[in-house]
Amino acid sequence: MTNMLDAKIPSGAIENKWTNYKGHCKLVNPANKLKLEVIVIGTGLAGASAAASLGELGYKVKSFCFQDSPRRAHSIAAQGGINAAKNYQNDGDSVYRLFYDTVKGGDYRSREANVYRLAEVSANIIDQCVAQGVPFAREYGGLLSNRSFGGVQVKRTFYAAGQTGQQLLIGAYQALERQVALGNVEMYSRHEMLEVVLIDGKARGVICRNLITGELERFFGHAVVLCSGGYGNVFYLSTNAMGSNVTAAWKAHKKGAYFGNPCFTQIHPTCIPVSGDHQSKLTLMSESLRNDGRIWVPKNKGETRKANEIPDEDRDYYLERRYPAFGNLVPRDVASRAAKERCDAGFGVGTTKQAVYLDFRYNLINKYGKAEAHRHGIHNPDEETLVRLGKEVVKEKYGNLFDMYEKITGENPYEVPMRIYPAVHYTMGGLWVDYELMTSVQGLYALGEANFSDHGANRLGASALMQGLADGYFVIPYTIGNYLAHEISVAPIPTTHEAFEEAEKSVRNRIEKLMNIKGDESVESFHKRLGKIMWEKCGMARNEKGLTEAIGEIQTLRKEFWSKVRIPGAINEMNPELDKAGRVADFLELGELMCKDALNRKESCGGHFREESQTAEGEALRDDDNFAFVSAWEYKDESHWEMHQEHLEFEVVKLTQRSYK
Amino acid sequence: MEHTMINLTLKIWRQKNADSAGQFETYPVKNISTEMSFLEMIDVLNEDLINEGKDPIAFDHDCREGICGACSMYINGRPHGPWHGNTTCQLHMRAYHDGDTIVIEPWRANSFPVIKDLMVDRSAFDRIIQAGGYVSVNTGNAVDANATPIEKDLADASFAAAACIGCGACVAACKNSSAMLFVAAKVSHLALLPQGAPERNTRVLDMVAQMDKEGFGSCTNTGACEAVCPKEISINNIARLNREYMLAGTKADK
Ligand SMILES: Cc1cc2nc3c(=O)[nH]c(=O)nc-3n(C[C@H](O)[C@H](O)[C@H](O)COP(=O)(O)OP(=O)(O)OC[C@H]3O[C@@H](n4cnc5c(N)ncnc54)[C@H](O)[C@@H]3O)c2cc1C
Ligand code: SF4
Ligand code: FES
Repeated sequence: MTNMLDAKIPSGAIENKWTNYKGHCKLVNPANKLKLEVIVIGTGLAGASAAASLGELGYKVKSFCFQDSPRRAHSIAAQGGINAAKNYQNDGDSVYRLFYDTVKGGDYRSREANVYRLAEVSANIIDQCVAQGVPFAREYGGLLSNRSFGGVQVKRTFYAAGQTGQQLLIGAYQALERQVALGNVEMYSRHEMLEVVLIDGKARGVICRNLITGELERFFGHAVVLCSGGYGNVFYLSTNAMGSNVTAAWKAHKKGAYFGNPCFTQIHPTCIPVSGDHQSKLTLMSESLRNDGRIWVPKNKGETRKANEIPDEDRDYYLERRYPAFGNLVPRDVASRAAKERCDAGFGVGTTKQAVYLDFRYNLINKYGKAEAHRHGIHNPDEETLVRLGKEVVKEKYGNLFDMYEKITGENPYEVPMRIYPAVHYTMGGLWVDYELMTSVQGLYALGEANFSDHGANRLGASALMQGLADGYFVIPYTIGNYLAHEISVAPIPTTHEAFEEAEKSVRNRIEKLMNIKGDESVESFHKRLGKIMWEKCGMARNEKGLTEAIGEIQTLRKEFWSKVRIPGAINEMNPELDKAGRVADFLELGELMCKDALNRKESCGGHFREESQTAEGEALRDDDNFAFVSAWEYKDESHWEMHQEHLEFEVVKLTQRSYK
Repeated sequence: MEHTMINLTLKIWRQKNADSAGQFETYPVKNISTEMSFLEMIDVLNEDLINEGKDPIAFDHDCREGICGACSMYINGRPHGPWHGNTTCQLHMRAYHDGDTIVIEPWRANSFPVIKDLMVDRSAFDRIIQAGGYVSVNTGNAVDANATPIEKDLADASFAAAACIGCGACVAACKNSSAMLFVAAKVSHLALLPQGAPERNTRVLDMVAQMDKEGFGSCTNTGACEAVCPKEISINNIARLNREYMLAGTKADK
């Protein structure tokens, strides 16, 4: 059964742990750093910042991504912003408050020590990014501007219009390319990691497929750092980029890295609804829009009037009604469930009735229109003037999001409210890591969305970018040294070593097996079928019956995949269908583990809503006596895992029922 | 939203790899919903090709929301298709009518060799950034983010230039295959900020030298780049680049 896991949390008061750690961890001197090689998989915020920082320190870094350029990693798409406890607004923010909000927002299922460190380094991230030339939004006085995000009552989110991820990633990418130019980092784009190589129980390298030639290549490293992102695409439809996948993390898992809280998935409340079967992905409308948008549905079932013709008294601003303290800014899990509740009850809007309105008109007129009129000295402006003035401000704040909405739906959100619905967005689960971000495999690290770390059962908005950059810029440069200090006498192991031979052979065998199936159903079709099972039975609401069925259905689907999938083309050439097949095969295993984990966790917490465990008002009901732990699954064999637990100690934050009322 | 179903004829460039010659192939596609995105329409075609045992069309894409810069189709003679300020992945089939013929090619430029079908090698852009498209500041060196106020107009102008997604449409649209708009966007992004000042001169000289080395053509101010740029990067950035280059050149002469 279950063993307790040790997260190696430093002793001492929470505010001293990281300082103490940094003061006492082992260091590697500059001459020795030159002899140590580090492999970094992924060039998103976590990977690019890690590779650049490790290169700056003098390690020999090899960096990998499957896109054609490191700048295109999925982080580029992040929209709304990045949190930091700067308290520039003088509104009562502090490291402690950011820490507290994050633990509470995560519904008390994260590790206090990690979250505190995250809050502590958050301010340095903003400094670093500004120094790199990240053009954050500014006020007229030239200082940085902030906006609010869900689940908090301060304004601590830094942003660059609706393109924050792009600007942060370009900053990290530039730092990375600088290290490439200096010869400290070797960049391998269009390379997909397909196996971790272990020697004497330590991670010592990877096998990659060169996506242009199809060749398998071997790479040695004294340590391997996985920054390969999240696995939301197991649901087929999500807001993630098309290529986002679990493969790198899954290969590590099968080589001994435990998978933490796999069922913790974030469903984001504000996405453009599904329009038809052809749909290949869903598009997020940033949470920052909830700063200025009001969410509502008609009060009357079967309402036939157009949105703008429905008077205020016939609108149900259900978030403001149910959660007066936080209103439209409740955390994502709460907002998503509330939208589902209204739609399930028959109040949904649009042709599919699976949507709610996100309406900007009120703030456009009353907040921005009036302020602008005042600024321009216009007295008693008419509504038309207010709309015109308000539009300018809204455009500056969210222009790219509004344009995106219009291109996709053909409707103009400045004129009519957006229609939105929840969609899969982020995975809090991921590879289990200790305080040093090391997985349960020696020398194998996981950073960014790929690890399970800091967000518990629900991530607060604008905290993923913060975590990715915290991990890469400010945590791994210290913690990896503490490990590599013991490795200075290890000479680079030639990739002719039998462990590399074997790893490559197993990758080759699997690829050949896939190509030899020669069935009659496309990879895409299997992926869609898996997504449907996951969404219906392991999505926004879960129950024992559904999860048990899902496990059986996924096992059957996996068998079918391995006997019926059709992959065109050949092995030794560019073959995107083959790449996709490998990823979907891994999703078909992960999906089963997610359902198992969800079945095992009988409580509701954050984004994990077990219908059997709710309060009288339909809120998630935690069971701290039985489930205040991280589930860390060890892979044994097909469909077999052993669960380990990391017990969560709450020394600082008091466990209470989360309330946003 | 209202939608209709349309039938189209696609003429698509097929090329096995960098070394082989390519040619157009014609494919009819049926029952395309006008709500689909352009790439979803290609997905439908690819699904058909796979079901017929044929090789699907290779193309770059990832985010499908106009920000990663991966997608890169030259559609009826225009990079990213007919809509203004738009990427291929954000183009929707509402733009077309039943019975239309659509010609789809890869970016065509010597510095962007074709890898397969509609996929090209844009690594030259990464090498241009390596030549100087950054601020040399190691992790941990930064002062407080609000220590240097930056005039809002400058910060906004810098952001507008930094919005470039590195797609390469500007090169594909230019009869000289010039990369000036891309390089100008990066030079402007950093030159407009105080943080970019210390390396202002070397940056512009080194980036332009690398651009030439990669074989991109020279700029003759036709403006084709600005017209197709999905992020509406202004051609004024090219004027700024030229000023920066001249100033840097004079300093270097001393
Ligand atoms: C639409 C959208 C908007 C968002 N907005 C925000 C926001 O406003 N604020 C916020 O805080 N968070 C936001 N998020 C979440 C945030 O963007 C992500 O969690 C974060 O960017 C993940 O960064 P990462 O570095 O961990 O991974 P990613 O950016 O996903 O990068 C993964 C990298 O790994 C590489 N890779 C993966 N597998 C392999 C392999 N097998 N071999 C080689 N390379 C591999 C990829 O090529 C890529 O370079 C948003 C997410 C989405 C989807
Ligand atoms: S300048 Fe415009 S067209 Fe050129 S690479 Fe940048 S975004 Fe693309
Ligand atoms: S796929 Fe990312 S910009 Fe088009």
